[in-house]
Amino acid sequence: MNRIDKTFATLKDKGEKALVGFVSAGDPDPEKSLKLISAMCDGGLDILELGIPFSDPTADGPVIQRSSARALKSGTRLSTVLDMSRELRKKTEIPIILFSYYNPIHYYGPEKFCRDAQDAGADGVLVVDLPPEESQELTRFFDKDRFSIIRLVAPTTSEARMQTISDTASGFIYLVSKTGVTGSDGLDTREISSLCGRLKSLTDLPVCIGFGISTAEDVAAIARVADGVVIGSAFERMIENNFDNPELCSILYQKVREYKKATL
Amino acid sequence: MIPKESQPDSKGHFGIYGGRYVGETLMPAILELEKAYVDICGKPEFIRELKDLFTHYVGRPTPLYYAKRLSEHLGGAAIYLKREDLAHTGAHKINNTLGQALLARWMGKSKLIAETGAGQHGVATATTAALFGMECQVFMGVEDIRRQAPNVQRMKLLGATVIPVDSGTGTLKDAMNEAMRYWVGAVTDTFYVIGSVAGPHPYPVMVRDFQKVIGEEARKQILEDAGRLPDLLVACVGGGSNAMGLFYPFLNDNVAITGVEAAGKGIETGKHAATIGHGNVGVLHGSKSYVLQNDDGQIMEAHSISAGLDYPGVGPEHSYLNDLKRVRYESIRDDQALMALQSLCRFEGIIPALESSHALAHAMDCAKNMDKDKIILVNLSGRGDKDLGTVFSVLNDL
Repeated sequence: MNRIDKTFATLKDKGEKALVGFVSAGDPDPEKSLKLISAMCDGGLDILELGIPFSDPTADGPVIQRSSARALKSGTRLSTVLDMSRELRKKTEIPIILFSYYNPIHYYGPEKFCRDAQDAGADGVLVVDLPPEESQELTRFFDKDRFSIIRLVAPTTSEARMQTISDTASGFIYLVSKTGVTGSDGLDTREISSLCGRLKSLTDLPVCIGFGISTAEDVAAIARVADGVVIGSAFERMIENNFDNPELCSILYQKVREYKKATL
Repeated sequence: MIPKESQPDSKGHFGIYGGRYVGETLMPAILELEKAYVDICGKPEFIRELKDLFTHYVGRPTPLYYAKRLSEHLGGAAIYLKREDLAHTGAHKINNTLGQALLARWMGKSKLIAETGAGQHGVATATTAALFGMECQVFMGVEDIRRQAPNVQRMKLLGATVIPVDSGTGTLKDAMNEAMRYWVGAVTDTFYVIGSVAGPHPYPVMVRDFQKVIGEEARKQILEDAGRLPDLLVACVGGGSNAMGLFYPFLNDNVAITGVEAAGKGIETGKHAATIGHGNVGVLHGSKSYVLQNDDGQIMEAHSISAGLDYPGVGPEHSYLNDLKRVRYESIRDDQALMALQSLCRFEGIIPALESSHALAHAMDCAKNMDKDKIILVNLSGRGDKDLGTVFSVLNDL
């Protein structure tokens, strides 16, 4: 069983929900980023989404745009992110999902990317702008039971599309909580609960909900209906506001613990 | 020669190019748009209304003008200008915004958003929104707001809200990023009027179809005027809508076709926007095409004196036509475009847009080396009033 499936199985046995954390790899620089991510893993993160920075992140709000720009400015490349994954894998068995826009992967070469990502200990990939209609050019290079293709479902997705998406996904489904970019506010937990219910009736894959989740209360509310909660912008905001704070690692560690507690 | 059925496949692929590379939130909207577009194209009342607007509002057909003095001065081929600068709002962009706004109305959407570089597409969208009583927001990079100030004022006067975009270099690419982000959050009631033959399917096809009136008219006009087809077609290519509009109806004819990209300060300086000439295949703004990118797949900043060409991507159909060798893509520097702009002013009393001046500069180069009985047809895609600030700031520096 791969690490993602194993994680969800273990959490289910314990009656817990997954805390999924997104971080722009290389923000503010690769070395520091690795330390921050390690602290988050130690704090009890269940799944890590390692963001490959991109110059034109059209699905992201200002917080992740800035984090991505900082990572690029510090010299982070796609290969740097793979190196970070390799480093993390030496210390932890946490599932690592590479989160990217398609262009960097396309340039690197889809086949080489799939091989190198698995060599670097990554467990799956989520490509924001690669819908099922176009994703053959990437997925044909791996076995989706061994390396997961995480797919997005949005509030605008019809039930027929939800079915197609679920049928071609693996690992888990990432349910976008609202129509908007990452970090948007206005989370409507009632709306998202009913959407999550509909999706879960169509698939056996775990469903994790993300976009606009920032407080422990949000996490607790989402954890009641979904199999996992994804937090991204909230972590990036903490990093951005505490660049020079020597306590940043422990701040993130504590925050992960707080969120994790809310998923129990 | 490309086959008559050179339509993209059902998912919008022109060969390996095109397609739909967008986040899931937008996918349903794009599929809905495609369906609505196919539906509306079959409605005689839509065709009639658009044609009526073209005639009575835009002022179509725009003239095909033989630039006699300029041609004689160059001493070679005859240069004909397709006068899209005389279309209402001063550029070809209005052809497309009217088509898309009719589609928006048909789909029940009353809010329009648009990105703009030179401001011509923004003005055309604002104009159309005013005509149809729709709300309009235009995303524009801060650098472009600075260099195309008259168009910003026009948009405001027309009732549109101009939203400054300061990310990246504050140019067209960044404006498009921001428009896409806004659309993700407003997709249920907002129609995104893309101004070029770029973006996810069906935009490249739809925009080309709304612009192909340029080539259809020009083809008919040159046959009437000169009694034969031209030897060479020339148009500038940023995203490439005016070029696709002119080229498309000629693709199956025995006519040479050249698209002119912006070489900026010179290809060797790296400060250019020659995407097809010097980029490589990538995915930007929803489709696969040539892209200016670095060796890590990060999109690079383009450069051109002309805001409308200052874009690191290009429409997928152009990439396809390039690979098929049906269309040649050349490039013209800022200074060459400026020279051409001045020549047209002096010899013909026409002030062309900086974008169109790139096409003109290339055509003038070609004309000199062609026989007098040859014909070059240039798309004069827009007028230059918006560029006076830029032109004088450069000329005063010389």
